[in-house]
Amino acid sequence: MPKLTIDGIEVEVPAGSTVLQAAEAAGIEIPRFCYHERLSIAGNCRMCLVEIEKAPPKPIASCAWPVAEGMVVHTDSPMVRKGRRGVMEFLLINHPLDCPICDQGGECDLQDQALGYGAGGSRYEENKRAVKDKNLGPLVKTVMTRCIHCTRCIRFITEVAGVPDLGATARGESMEVGTYVEKALGSELSGNIIDLCPVGALTSKPYAFVARSWELTKTDSVDVLDAVGTNIRVDARGPEVLRILPRLNDDVNEEWLGDKSRFAMDGLKRRRLDRPWLRRDGKLVPATWGEAFDAIAERLAAARGDRIGAIAGDLCDAESMLALSDLMGALGSENLDCRQRGERLPAGRRDFYLFNTTIAGIEEADALLIVGANPRREAPVLNARIRKRWLASGLPIALIGPEADLTYPALHLGEGPAALAALRDGAGEFAAVLRAAKKPMILLGADATARPDGAAVLAAVWQLAGAVGALTPDWHGFNLLHHAASMVGGLDLGFVPGPRGKDAAAMLSGGVDVLWLLGADEFDPVRLPKETFVIYQGHHGDCGAALADVVLPGAAYTEKHGTYVNTEGRVQRGQLAVYPPGEAREDWKIVRALSERAGHTLPYDDLDALRQRLEQVNPVFGRIDHLPRFGCSDQTGPAGDPAALGQAAFLPAIDNYYQTDPISRASPTMAQCTATFAPIAAAAE
Amino acid sequence: MADDNEVPPGQEAYQPANFAFDAESEAEIAVHLAKYPAGRQASAVIPLLYVVQKQMKRHTDSAWVPRAGMDAIAARLSMAPIRVYEVATFYLMFNLKPVGKWHLQVCTTTPCWLRGSDEVVRAVREFAAIEGFGETSADGAFTMTEVECLGACVNAPILQVNDDFYEDMDAARTRQLLEALRRGTPPKPGSMAGRQGSAPEGGPTVLTTLAFAPGT
Repeated sequence: MPKLTIDGIEVEVPAGSTVLQAAEAAGIEIPRFCYHERLSIAGNCRMCLVEIEKAPPKPIASCAWPVAEGMVVHTDSPMVRKGRRGVMEFLLINHPLDCPICDQGGECDLQDQALGYGAGGSRYEENKRAVKDKNLGPLVKTVMTRCIHCTRCIRFITEVAGVPDLGATARGESMEVGTYVEKALGSELSGNIIDLCPVGALTSKPYAFVARSWELTKTDSVDVLDAVGTNIRVDARGPEVLRILPRLNDDVNEEWLGDKSRFAMDGLKRRRLDRPWLRRDGKLVPATWGEAFDAIAERLAAARGDRIGAIAGDLCDAESMLALSDLMGALGSENLDCRQRGERLPAGRRDFYLFNTTIAGIEEADALLIVGANPRREAPVLNARIRKRWLASGLPIALIGPEADLTYPALHLGEGPAALAALRDGAGEFAAVLRAAKKPMILLGADATARPDGAAVLAAVWQLAGAVGALTPDWHGFNLLHHAASMVGGLDLGFVPGPRGKDAAAMLSGGVDVLWLLGADEFDPVRLPKETFVIYQGHHGDCGAALADVVLPGAAYTEKHGTYVNTEGRVQRGQLAVYPPGEAREDWKIVRALSERAGHTLPYDDLDALRQRLEQVNPVFGRIDHLPRFGCSDQTGPAGDPAALGQAAFLPAIDNYYQTDPISRASPTMAQCTATFAPIAAAAE
Repeated sequence: MADDNEVPPGQEAYQPANFAFDAESEAEIAVHLAKYPAGRQASAVIPLLYVVQKQMKRHTDSAWVPRAGMDAIAARLSMAPIRVYEVATFYLMFNLKPVGKWHLQVCTTTPCWLRGSDEVVRAVREFAAIEGFGETSADGAFTMTEVECLGACVNAPILQVNDDFYEDMDAARTRQLLEALRRGTPPKPGSMAGRQGSAPEGGPTVLTTLAFAPGT
């Protein structure tokens, strides 16, 4: 570990660090545009100049200069100041200085650093160059004249996203960043280049000219549009969510966010349920909360306990699921299910349904088998982590299921469970790779268990994991990849049928007389008999609300305090950023209010009491944001018979990444993405 | 301001829909690929761009690199197409749009300019009836482009025609050269003033009296 002195401060940093990293360790700020700690080093903006004693007598770009023992660095000498001022003057020569009409204004690195390190004025009187704007699709707006050629976007798209579409064409003054041949960026992570762009060249198209950063109220929260549990910041002004940005969390999303999670928020303003509705003479008519509750209480009173049921949808928070589950218990019903697609996942033992390796743990794996999943569509941020691992030293990866471009090479072993059985029998090269691996990982898509032989698939994958040494006391290589944010929370609190209870499929085909859909929209309604009295509690007028006899307007994830458990089993809390629209209310409060009206008052009056109850049901809900790593202590497999595998090929869980839930289906931006990318995807298949 | 109706690069009407290497190109590619170890084939991108440009010359009599050709290189070298576009747009030796049968590359860097490259440019403009650099004559025979130093300053000014240097140019010699090109009979490349290599004009000026008399 070399020791060096920076501005009189002595620091010790790992060998191979750069001077810029050492300065950060010493708490010294060094301005930069092209350097980014999660991308490769480019060294082309020259803003991070420092002076190093006994090195070449010139300003040195600290981002690309390795540290050495005894180095003496000055970051604030006259030479450094003059050098940075000169670099800034050059950067601004061709920059339009149109800050008043630029969306980056107020959160612009160039603005801030020009103020901090630049000269007061410009000596440049000649014409500036202008660059034609590029069309990168419906998400990223370009004003290429503002580009300072830091190449962060090119490096991100090439390295992290793995969709090498962007490049720098021509040279010198004619250099332009773009796709050359005009095309929309085919990455699910493309929105991140907006955050990475240090100037206003790449900005958000849907957010163009909407707000200034200082007008926004910022609320830390958690994304629910997939099951990764990406940490987000919700920026709102008044009652409106205006944008969603990722927050740093090295264990989950690093600093990336999927495009759906970032841009679907305009769906929060459309097709909203903002008042209760009641079906009268076959038509839904506006009603008051009292009328809606009366209608429900009357039906609940008339129905037998075992003829009442509840299904929880993809976006539910744990609090509302628990309240509903308690209400069903009080009504004498065991008909509960949070697996609306029929996933054959058992509640109870957690490692049967968790991503046990953890997302950060992917970086330790040395072989990966993907079964019945497309992580690129189901969890793009997690997929970037797999790609990162693959880039680091060529992780061997194989895929069973529909063939897909995952942004890293994956050996395609077959479409159906037959390939799984072959692997278990040790056939093929990859079986040897898995067996030889010290930390093998098997990733099973949740939807691969939502088939008639789902229990067998789950058991067979577990058995394979055991056979290849993925289930040891210090390495847990069995992973379930969910794409529904509520699933793990639901399983954790036991939102599954009791011993005599009916599952989702039974409830949806006449197994109950009164069916409570808590934001459940992802099912085929054809088998639901007309006589079933359907209560839909949710925030969007989607499939479930159309079937309902009573509609209870709930809150979307940005409008309530909620607890969510991601696919790893990490418990995280989302915060209320704006209030629900109109008469809509937080979901657990609706259930609590109705319980009182139905004569089964639930024993909690505030969120704290409810959360205590949550912890009582399952202690994991007490471990907020903290996820201990664990190995596998018990190799006993799940209940299914691993030999009873079917023949049918695994089907894609998600056909269209951009529209998978009521929010993104209501989003005009996501509809545009679908229109842009669906034909491209269809042509590729 | 840029014209919004401008066709984006690579999608112009003159771009062929597809490109396939012919047998001669394949033979050249095999030679280039053999120079690099497995997994490092991308190093051959510049030689392959020349292969495409030469094949286009053979097939269409216009030496240029179409977008489909760059895509074919990308596929052959397992590179992303944008990586090939980056290289092809960086180097001015690759013509990314069709050029005339005779590509007239006039050097206008200081030595050539001091020795009268403006005259050469004017002569080409008048003869080919074109306005300026980058334009092709109406009959498709000539395209004039401006290039930087060709490295033959001793015989400035230089006019490079396709791959050949014509040196010691002036207006009259340029017209003669273009007439010969139009007839399809290009003269021998080199000095148009008749000097040998870059020896002094009008024959040797030193060592003229040296005699190699056998007996002395």
